[in-house]
Amino acid sequence: MSQVVAYFPLILKGMLLTVEVALASLLIAILLGLIGAVAKLSKSRIAKTIAGAYTTVIRGIPDLVLMTLIFFGGQILVNNIGEKLGWDYIDVDPFIAGVLTIGFIFGAYFAESFRGGILAVARGEIEAGYAFGMTPIQVFFRITMPAMVRHALPGIGNNWLVMVKTTALVSVIGLQDMVYNAGLAGGSTRKPFTFYCVVAFLFLVITGFSDVGMRWLDKKYSVGVRKA
Amino acid sequence: MAAPALKVEDIHKSFGTIKVLRGISIEAYEQDVISILGSSGSGKSTLLRCINLLETPTAGKVFVKGELIKMQEMRSGERKAADRKQVERIRSKLAMVFQQFNLWAHMTVIQNVMEAPVNVLKISKADAKERAEKLLQRVGLYEHRNYYPAHMSGGQMQRAAIARALAMEPDMLLFDEPTSALDPELVGEVLKVMRDLAEEGRTMLVVTHEMGFARDVSSRVIFLDEGLVVENGPPKQVFEHPKSDRFREFLVGAF
Repeated sequence: MSQVVAYFPLILKGMLLTVEVALASLLIAILLGLIGAVAKLSKSRIAKTIAGAYTTVIRGIPDLVLMTLIFFGGQILVNNIGEKLGWDYIDVDPFIAGVLTIGFIFGAYFAESFRGGILAVARGEIEAGYAFGMTPIQVFFRITMPAMVRHALPGIGNNWLVMVKTTALVSVIGLQDMVYNAGLAGGSTRKPFTFYCVVAFLFLVITGFSDVGMRWLDKKYSVGVRKA
Repeated sequence: MAAPALKVEDIHKSFGTIKVLRGISIEAYEQDVISILGSSGSGKSTLLRCINLLETPTAGKVFVKGELIKMQEMRSGERKAADRKQVERIRSKLAMVFQQFNLWAHMTVIQNVMEAPVNVLKISKADAKERAEKLLQRVGLYEHRNYYPAHMSGGQMQRAAIARALAMEPDMLLFDEPTSALDPELVGEVLKVMRDLAEEGRTMLVVTHEMGFARDVSSRVIFLDEGLVVENGPPKQVFEHPKSDRFREFLVGAF
């Protein structure tokens, strides 16, 4: 027990990093997801094709494979380019690489959730926006978006939970998240089981809080909806 | 003589191979209240939607206050509005009331009424609020101003939608079957608001099945059949001396 107490600050530090990675990835995933959803629903064939390829490829490849591909492959790519341009050796920051990768992966899942949400918005409400002289941008941000969130939230909530758990993969590229630190603690005390249990519990804490947040968001965006 | 408030010249509209409008020309002058009648599928809603370009006519011209809405042909042969800014400006002056109300469900009634004046006409929130409160009072919904649409009856929703349209201070009101989705007992409250609007001299284009409204309130009645104008004249003339058998049959069915 005393060993757990001794290493707990280290694990907590890792947990903070886990949350940071998750939140930063969330921002990127939301952005890419919205762009992807709009592209998929647009009339432009090019936009549709690119977005379709993005979601198909990303959703078809394991996260771990993508993570290592982007981190190590990105490292090589950056330095090959750097060599030609005469740069010094560049170390790809694992935090940025990890966040970009996870954000990029989950952007594809978010795109599907957002797309479903947008399709569920009453066509007439969008049309009313146009009929009153709103620009497409105004219609999107004033009408489609707020009306879509309610429909997209359940899917996004799921995506978020999976994403939080996927952050565990950043330990393979050397980021000292709580999984990585638990490995360290478990190795030096020879009690890996104990420390991975602690990590499991802490993940549950994060996802538990997420549930509360999700319920709050659902309430906020369901205002004006008659509950059956 | 001033340019007509609205002039539609030889409008055609096809969806795929189905020809919905087959050459329609109408004119509306200020303070005209024109009822557009016709059985379902006659193209009356499509005609209304071609006027504010929710649908792009396949051929023909639309002039609003003498200004031609510019359209261009795309490579696919379809047409679309050439100048989005122009279309948005014109739409802001032609306020529409829909059959299914189409109120924005995530906004309260007063937010619905304030939305377009603030974001399209760019008037201040305080002014928009004042305007909205006055209009809601007028349609008898002031007490309901903080309700969400889902918590109101169809008649209340449609009156809110009319307030939303009036908040644009439009040159013309377009009504697309405003009472067709309402319970019979709620039709009256909406028609009363429309009657008041007609009396105060608003220019209105009303696609409707309400024969009473068409006969008593409108200054002109247009009857469409299979995408063509079959009758067009003052209600007295059209109802008492219809030129076409088709309209006579329609009347028999309606009463």
